[in-house]
Amino acid sequence: MSAPRAATATPFTLVTGVIGADTHIVGNRILSMALEEAGYRVVSLGALTPAGDFIRAAVETAADAILVSSLYGQGELDCRGFRELCIEAGLDDILLYVGGNLVVGKQPWDDVERRFLDMGFDRAFAPGTRVPEALAMLGADLAARTPKAARQ
Amino acid sequence: MSLALLIDFGSTYTKLRALDLASGDIAASAQGPSTVTSDVNVGLDAAMAALARVLGGTPRFAHRLACSSAAGGLRMVTVGLVKELTAEAARQAALGAGAKLVASHAYRLTAADVARIVERAPDIVLLCGGTDGGNRDVVVHNAHALAASTLACPVVVACNREAADDVVAALAAAGKAAIATANVLPGLDTLDIEPARAAIRDVFMRRIVAAKGIERAAARFDAVLMPTPAAVLEGARLLADGTPRRKGHGPLVVIDPGGATTDVHSIGRGEPSTPGVIRYGLPEPYAKRTVEGDLGMRHNAEAIAAAAGIDAIAADAGVPVAVATDAIAALHADVETLPRDPAQFALDAALARAAIRIAMTRHAGTCETVYTAQGPVSVQRGKDLSDVGLVIGTGGALVHARNPAAILAVAAADAADPLSLRPRAPRFAIDRHYLLYAAGLLAEAAPDAAFDLATRHLDLLTEGATA
Repeated sequence: MSAPRAATATPFTLVTGVIGADTHIVGNRILSMALEEAGYRVVSLGALTPAGDFIRAAVETAADAILVSSLYGQGELDCRGFRELCIEAGLDDILLYVGGNLVVGKQPWDDVERRFLDMGFDRAFAPGTRVPEALAMLGADLAARTPKAARQ
Repeated sequence: MSLALLIDFGSTYTKLRALDLASGDIAASAQGPSTVTSDVNVGLDAAMAALARVLGGTPRFAHRLACSSAAGGLRMVTVGLVKELTAEAARQAALGAGAKLVASHAYRLTAADVARIVERAPDIVLLCGGTDGGNRDVVVHNAHALAASTLACPVVVACNREAADDVVAALAAAGKAAIATANVLPGLDTLDIEPARAAIRDVFMRRIVAAKGIERAAARFDAVLMPTPAAVLEGARLLADGTPRRKGHGPLVVIDPGGATTDVHSIGRGEPSTPGVIRYGLPEPYAKRTVEGDLGMRHNAEAIAAAAGIDAIAADAGVPVAVATDAIAALHADVETLPRDPAQFALDAALARAAIRIAMTRHAGTCETVYTAQGPVSVQRGKDLSDVGLVIGTGGALVHARNPAAILAVAAADAADPLSLRPRAPRFAIDRHYLLYAAGLLAEAAPDAAFDLATRHLDLLTEGATA
């Protein structure tokens, strides 16, 4: 599919995908389209993506951020060690986001968020977060950085 | 009568086919020894003299085209960034160009890597890395590492387009020949190996042929177009696709169990044949070639036995294990051995069956079921060859076999290996007159004649028939 042309292109590259044995692709697809529309270069890996594939794609495309979706409650297991894998691959300071239905059952969001931040994610997004809200945070986080492609 | 002369400078023989362009018939076949290491003309003279005896003189040929696998073939080293991504795309491009891969590297080249590349003395290095707009520092680093070395061969550059200028400049500044072409992996979902294949072929025609000593016979032919494996791949593609005036045979597979390696070529998109299957991994090349370096009927007969199990080989050949072990050791000691008695034919058939089964299993994709919270999902890796309608065997091991149909049959899907996406119900054929290379060479100059020739002389097999 062809992305609508962005009003203003940004110099940043993002990797998106749904981690683990998770087939819920719709929300991730909507997010990827919104990111493209906002002018990002989006490398969309789709559903059923192993952690290692996010990292390999980020290395090859010189990505500035990885946005991990998880909708089926196993996110905590799938995301364990994600930051360590990035460091191992030379992506020490890559921006890491995670969002979706990250855990099973009704757990206080503050606890869940703390667990994912402790794992090395820069931000975790609760279920029901609106796209514009996430875009605003991403814009602010990336504004503080030099695009990876320009740093090489 | 308008004739075309097709020459294959092989490692052992110089083979000639004279084809009648109007009728699509073989006018004559001949061969002489391969004498590329001394004077290529000696072997070619012998072969041409044999051809002239059949034709009653040497006619004027409308086309005189050649391919070559002599003097070690086209020896290539590939370099990419991530092993499963640009490094794999680089391998696919080089294999598709008919190369013999002598080394493949990923990530940053170390001093030891560069020393090893120089020591291997490749004919061409294919330098890749980064999707377009992606990583550029690794491929630039690798270009500087190669530039600082004593590497003498041309470098084909098929990397991140934003890095290509810097890469070429770094190599050129050090006096290396650097040829830029399109990125083999412009995006993670786009494999684009045809431009790199064309660039490799161009370097091969303009530079490698001379370096291999073949240009001493330059007055005798119009051009050496490509390495022999590339000619076979082009012949397979012509048969599958047809021409504007000829309907092709559709998706097909060509298998060549050779003395040192087993080559498999598949032509077809390889998309899932059942709906709802999710594709995983790099996109697959439409014309794909794989080379199994551990499966060779002579030089690597022991390796086939190691891969398949000597017990299985002996049981298949119907001989005791000790006999099979000794016989395989003897094949390795004298690679020119041809089978003479029934036991030797049976052992060769068993080796060929094992080589073909393993090579096809590695070439074809797999489809496995992954159990998710939402239920089972089918995930396909590699090409789905289930709907391939034609499997063609080529090379001496099949042409001279007593029952080639029984050997080729193992290329098909096997109920004992349900994950492997091999052809479900193909027809089998033998390239009995060794014409695929000739059809591939002629595909551009006279496509209809080349297609008719290859089609007419395909020897369709029925299960159980003996040759």
